[in-house]
Amino acid sequence: MAGVMTGFGNFTHAVVRAIPSSLAKEALRMNVLDVDLVKAQREHEVYVGVLKHKLGLQVIELPADESLPDCVFVEDVAVVCGDTALITRPGAESRRKETEAMRRALKELDLNIVEMSDENATLDGGDVLFTGREFFVGLSKRTNQKGAEILADVFKDYAVSTVPVTDGLHLKSFCSMGGPGLIVIGTSEPAQKALKIMQQMSDHRYNKLTVPDDIAANTIYMNLPSKGHVLLHCTPEEFPESAKVFEKLKDHMLIPVSNMEKVKVDGALTCCSVLINKKPKV
Amino acid sequence: MTTEVGSETEVRKEPEKAEEQPAAPEPAATNQTDEAKAAEQSANDHPAPATESAEAPAEAKEKQEEAQPADNATPQEGEDTPASPPASEKKGISRFLPPWLKKQKSQSQVGPKESQAAPKEEAGVASVKEEDGEKEEQAEAEQTSSPTAAQPQVEEEKINGEPKPEQKEEVKSEEKEEENHSTGSADTQPAKEEKAAEESQEKSAAEEENKEAEEGGEEKKDEEESPKPEGGHSFIKSPLKLTKKVKMVMCHVTMLDGSQFPCEVEKRAKGQYLFFKVYEALNLLEKDYFGLSYKDNADQTCWLDPTKEIKRQIRNATWQFAFNVKFYPPDPSQLTEDITRYLLCLQLRQDIVSGRLPCSFVTHSLLGSYALQAELGDHDSGEHRLDYISDFQFAPSQTKEMEEKVVELHKTHRGMTPAQADAQFLENAKKLSMYGVDLHHAKDSEGVDIMLGVCANGLLIYKDRLRINRFAWPKILKISYKRSNFYIKIRPGETEQFESSVGFKLPNHRAAKRVWKVCVENHTFFRLMTPEAPIKAKFLTLGSKFRYSGRTQAQTRQASTLIDRPAPYFERTSSKRISRSLDGAPMINVTEAQESAPTSGENGREPGLELSSDSKVEEEPSEGAAATPTEGTEMKGDEPDSSQQSGRLRVQGENIYVRHSNLMLEDLDKTQEDVLKHQASISELKRSFMEATPEPRPSQWEKRLTASPATSLRLQAQGSADDKQKSGEAAWQAAEVEIEETVVVEEIRVAPKGSVTITTPAVITPVAVESEVEKPKDEVMEEQKRPVSVSSDSEEEEEEEEAGEYHPQVTVSASVDQIKEEPEEEGEEEEEQQVNEESVAEPLPEPVVEVKAQPVPAVVEENSATEPQLAPVAEESPEDILVTPDEAPNGHAESPEDHQGPVALEEEEEEPRVNGDASHSETERLPQVICCSEPPVVKTEMVTISDTFAAQKTEIATKEVPIVHTETKTITYEAAQLDGSGDGEPGVLMTAQTITSESLCTTTTTHITKTLKGGLSETRIEKRIVITGDSDIDHDQALAQAIKEAKEQHPDMSVTRVVVHKETELAEEGED
Repeated sequence: MAGVMTGFGNFTHAVVRAIPSSLAKEALRMNVLDVDLVKAQREHEVYVGVLKHKLGLQVIELPADESLPDCVFVEDVAVVCGDTALITRPGAESRRKETEAMRRALKELDLNIVEMSDENATLDGGDVLFTGREFFVGLSKRTNQKGAEILADVFKDYAVSTVPVTDGLHLKSFCSMGGPGLIVIGTSEPAQKALKIMQQMSDHRYNKLTVPDDIAANTIYMNLPSKGHVLLHCTPEEFPESAKVFEKLKDHMLIPVSNMEKVKVDGALTCCSVLINKKPKV
Repeated sequence: MTTEVGSETEVRKEPEKAEEQPAAPEPAATNQTDEAKAAEQSANDHPAPATESAEAPAEAKEKQEEAQPADNATPQEGEDTPASPPASEKKGISRFLPPWLKKQKSQSQVGPKESQAAPKEEAGVASVKEEDGEKEEQAEAEQTSSPTAAQPQVEEEKINGEPKPEQKEEVKSEEKEEENHSTGSADTQPAKEEKAAEESQEKSAAEEENKEAEEGGEEKKDEEESPKPEGGHSFIKSPLKLTKKVKMVMCHVTMLDGSQFPCEVEKRAKGQYLFFKVYEALNLLEKDYFGLSYKDNADQTCWLDPTKEIKRQIRNATWQFAFNVKFYPPDPSQLTEDITRYLLCLQLRQDIVSGRLPCSFVTHSLLGSYALQAELGDHDSGEHRLDYISDFQFAPSQTKEMEEKVVELHKTHRGMTPAQADAQFLENAKKLSMYGVDLHHAKDSEGVDIMLGVCANGLLIYKDRLRINRFAWPKILKISYKRSNFYIKIRPGETEQFESSVGFKLPNHRAAKRVWKVCVENHTFFRLMTPEAPIKAKFLTLGSKFRYSGRTQAQTRQASTLIDRPAPYFERTSSKRISRSLDGAPMINVTEAQESAPTSGENGREPGLELSSDSKVEEEPSEGAAATPTEGTEMKGDEPDSSQQSGRLRVQGENIYVRHSNLMLEDLDKTQEDVLKHQASISELKRSFMEATPEPRPSQWEKRLTASPATSLRLQAQGSADDKQKSGEAAWQAAEVEIEETVVVEEIRVAPKGSVTITTPAVITPVAVESEVEKPKDEVMEEQKRPVSVSSDSEEEEEEEEAGEYHPQVTVSASVDQIKEEPEEEGEEEEEQQVNEESVAEPLPEPVVEVKAQPVPAVVEENSATEPQLAPVAEESPEDILVTPDEAPNGHAESPEDHQGPVALEEEEEEPRVNGDASHSETERLPQVICCSEPPVVKTEMVTISDTFAAQKTEIATKEVPIVHTETKTITYEAAQLDGSGDGEPGVLMTAQTITSESLCTTTTTHITKTLKGGLSETRIEKRIVITGDSDIDHDQALAQAIKEAKEQHPDMSVTRVVVHKETELAEEGED
C-alpha cells in the first residue's frame, strides 16, 4: 500500500481543454499582445500529444467553450492531490464557470471532489505549488488568504505555506518543480525573493535550478514508471539560455515543448493540464 | 490496579534502594515501600549524622520546617488535619489490608531496626526513643499502605481527602521521632521548638505564625538551595526526614492506552520519582521522548519538571497526570525498541482522534488500518465482520465510508507483524505536517490571532490553517518572554546586517512562559548534543534558571544503542482500548474527543485522559453539552474567560491547530485557548517591545526594577491607560511593557552596577536591604539612579514580572547559556527568593559597579527618559517594533525595514550592541575612566577593582558619595566620562531582577534613558548590579566577578562606577 506522500510526479491521467477561438481576443492577459490563434492551437495539440503519446497518459480532453476564453488553462480551476480534487474559485470572475466541465471530468475519474464554496475565497491553481511534501500557495491577484486556507483544510496531510506574489500573475509564473526536492526558479528579483520565502517556510530542503527567464521556470515534472524522470520545459527557440540550463539535468528525460503563443495570455506549461495519479482499483 | 502497585513495589525495592544512595535523584520513596526505604535510608544515613553530628539535626530541622509550612500551605490538608485520624482508623484500615501489604509492613519494620542500630551506637540515649519512633513509623507505614490499597479503587476525589488525614498523623509521629533524634544528636532545642511549632500549628494558628515566619524563611532557603549545588546533599538528607515524616500522596497517571496507573508518592517528591515509577511500570528504556503532563489551575496542560517537587508544580491542582510523548522523534524508525514505537503509536492515535493531528481521509484510513493490523493481526474475513472495526476510532469523526476503507486496507496488510504495522504507522504519521508540532494560541503585533507551533525544527507561525512563517532553530538567536509577550530574536539573513526581533502576545504570562519553556526544551532536545548546564553561579545571570534537564535526542539515541535486552513483552491495547472509549458511546466519544482535544490541545496530552473518564468530571458535562460534533470541525473564536477549555478545540480552524499542537510537541504548557480568547489587545502588543530592545541581560534584570514600588506605581499609572488589561496585575504589567518598549535601543549604554553587600548572618527584611543598598547608590550615582528601590514584594510574587531568555545559539559561548527565566514556581519561588534575601540580608559592604557603554548616536527618536513621558513613548514605539507574523516571512528575506517602521529599524540595528551578543560583540566599546569616590574607609577594594578592569581604566577619580546610612562605607568608582546628556534625565526603568543564591543576593536593575542631541538620539541603558552577600563573601572577588560577567555579557558596555558599600550595623534595622 502506498503510504502518505509517496510517488511524487507519478501520474496516470491528464485533463486538458481545447482552445476556444475567443482566446485570441478575449482571454485575460497582463500585457497586450496579439495571439495567433492557429499557432496557439497547434502548440496545444503538440502539448496534448506529448502527454498522450509520448508519455502514455490517459488524457481527458474537454471541449472548448467560446464563452470561456481562458478555459484552456485548466490548471487554475482544480487542484488535485492524491485522490482528492479541490475545485477552485478562480480569482477572475470571468473564469468561474470553467470549473463546471472540470468538475464533471474529475467526478468521472472517481476523485473526491471538494468545492470551494466560500464566496470570499479565491484560488487559482497556478498559485499552487505542490512539492510532494507540502504546498506553497502564492497570494496573488488571483488567490487570497481564504482560498489558501480552504486548500489547507482540504489537504490536511500537508503543510500549506503562503508566499506573497508581488510580481507576475501566479506563483508558478516563475517557478515549478523540476524533480523531487528540486525547484526550478527564475532569476528575477521577485522570483528569488519568493524562493527565499519558500525555503524559509519549509521544513524540507529543496535544491534549486535557476533559469535566466522567469517563465521558463515553469516546467512539468513527472516520474513515470516506464520513463523515469520526465521534464517538459521551454524550447531553445523561446528561451535559449534557459533551455541550456535544463540540459544539465542528466537524469531527466527532457522534452522541450513550445509555448510561445499561450504565454502571451499568461499561459505557462503547467497551466494547460491537470495531472492526476489514479491508482488502479484495489 | 492494586495488585499492580503491590507487585511493582515489591519487585522494585531492592533496585531502588541501591539507586537512591548514589544517584538519589528520586527523592523520597513514595509508595508503600517508602517507609521501608526510608528506614533503610535512615539506616544508611545515620552513620553520617554520627560523623557530622551537627549537620544531621540541622538538616532534620530544615526538613521539618519544610514539611510544616507545606502543610499549612495546603488548605485542604489543614481541613482534614484537625480531625487527625486517630488510631482507630488505622486499625480499621489495616484490617482490610491485603496480605501482601502487610508483608510490606513487616519489611518496613526491618528497615527501621537496621536504622536503629546505627543511631544507637552514636546516640545511645536516643535509642529508646527512636524505637518508639519506629513503632510510630510502622504505624505510619500501615496507614500509608492502607491508603494506597484503598485509593486506587476509590476515585480521584478521594485522593485529596484520604491521604491528608493520614499525613497529619504521620507528621505527629515524625515530630516525635524528631525529638528522639534530636536528643540523640546535638541540637535538641531547635528540633523541639519546631516540633512545638508543628503541634502548635495543629492546635492554634496564632502560635504558628511566628514560627512559620522563621520556618518559611528557612524553607525557602532550602528550596532554593536544593536545585543548586546542595541538591545532592538534600537528597541524601531527605531519607532521614522521610523516615520520620513521610507524607504520601496518591498520584494517578493516565497511560497512553487509557489505563490508570496509581502511584503513591511522597508529598514532597520530585517529578523524577513519578517519572521513574511510570517508566518502570511500562518497562520503558527510551524514556526521554516522554513526559508527564498535568493540568494547572487554569486547566492548561503543563509538563511536569522532573527536577522539581511535584507539589510545587501542580500547586493546588489534583495529582492527576498523563503520560505522554513530549518530544516526537522526527524519525521513529531510529528508535531502538518496539515498545517505544508502540507507545508513540498510541500517542499519535490519541492525537489523531482528538484532532490535534489533522489527516486527510486517506491518511486516517491508512493509519487506522495499520492500527488494526497491530492490534488484531491479519484480517480474518470469517472472524472479522465489518463491525469489528466500529470498536476502533480512527478519526475525530468517523464515517462508515472510512471504516470500509480501513477494512479494505487492513486486508492488504496480511502477514504484517504488530511491530511492522506500528513502524508503518509511524512512517506515514511522521510525514504529516503537524506531526510533533505543539501549538499555542497567540496574537501577532497587530492583534491577529495566530498559532505558534513549536517543533523539532523550530518555531512555526500559523494563521488559521496556513503557515505564514517559520523560524528554524538555527535562525533564532534568542528566545525570551516577558510578561505575556514572547520574543524571538532572529539571526540576520545574508542581506541583513542586523538582527531583528519578533514578538507575540500570549494570553497571559503563564502562556508566554510555557511557550518559552517548550522552545527551550525542544531546542535543547533536538539541536544540542548535551543539555546546557544550568546557570547557577553567575551573579549577573539572574532569574530562574530553567533549562531542559533531560537527555537530548542525541544522548538518548546513544544511550539506546546500549540497550541490550531481549525485546520486552508488552501487551497491546486491545483490551484496554475497549474499556476506554470505543465500547461506550462512540458518538459521545467523538464529541468529547473533539472538545477535550481542544482542551488538551492547549497543553497537550490530555486527550487520552479525558477519554478514559475521570479526569474531567467537571468539564465534560459542560463541554459535552455545548459541544456538537460539528463544532469540533468548525472554527470558533475562543472566548476569553468563560469557556476556555471547551472553546479551545471547538473552533474548527483553531482546533486543527490545537490538535496539531497536542500531537506534535506534546506541548509543554500551552494555553492555546486562553491565548486566542485573550484579549491581547493590539495596543498592548504594540507596546510590548521585543526583547531586542532590552537586550538579553536586561530582561533578567528587569525583575527588580519593575518590582520597585516607584516603578510599579508609574507603571500602573501608565497602565491605567490600557483598558484592555483586566486585572490589576495586567494593568501594571502593561505599563511595564510600555516602558520596556520605550527602551528603543539605539545606542546603548549599559551601566551595570554591582554592589556587594556583605551581610552578617542576621536576618533582614529584603526590602530593607535593598532599599538601603540602592539608596546609597542613588545618591552616589548621579542621575542614573532611578527608583532603584528594588523590589516590592508583591510584584515579585507576581508571575508577570518574570522574564526568560534563552539563546539557542550554540556558537556563542556567552550567549548560549543565557536562559533566563524567573522564578519558575512563580509566586512561591519568588517569595522564597525574597525570604532568602531577608535572611541573608545583613548588608555590610556593598560594592557597586556601574558599567556604561558609550552612547552611540542613533537616529531614533528621542524619548525623554522621564517616567511620565514614558507612557506615550511606549505606545508609539511598540507598534513599530512588533513584526506581524504575516509580514515577517517576507520581511526576513528583505531588510528589516519592511517589517518595521523606521524607528524599529534603528532599534534593531543597535540591539546587537545592547545585547552584547557574541555576534555583535565587536561593537565599539570605549575605554572608560573610572572615578572612585571614596568614603573614608575601604581603599583596598578600590585596588582590586581597578585591577580587574585595569586595561580599560584610565583614570581613577574620587568622589565623595553621600551615603544614606551612617555606618555605611561606600566606595565609588566612576568613569570620568559620564554623559552629561543622560545624567539629568530620569530615564526609564527597564528591568529589575534579583537572584538569590546561598550566600549572595544579586539585584540587577536596568534603566534606559534617551536623549536627543543635535538630531541624534542617544539611548543609554544602565544596568546596576547590586550584590548583597553575607559575611562569608569576599566582596572583592564578588565584585571582580560581577564586573567580569558584566563584561562578558555586555562587551560593549563599560563599567563606569563601582561602589562598595559596607553597612555593618544594618542588621538591626534589617531585621525589622
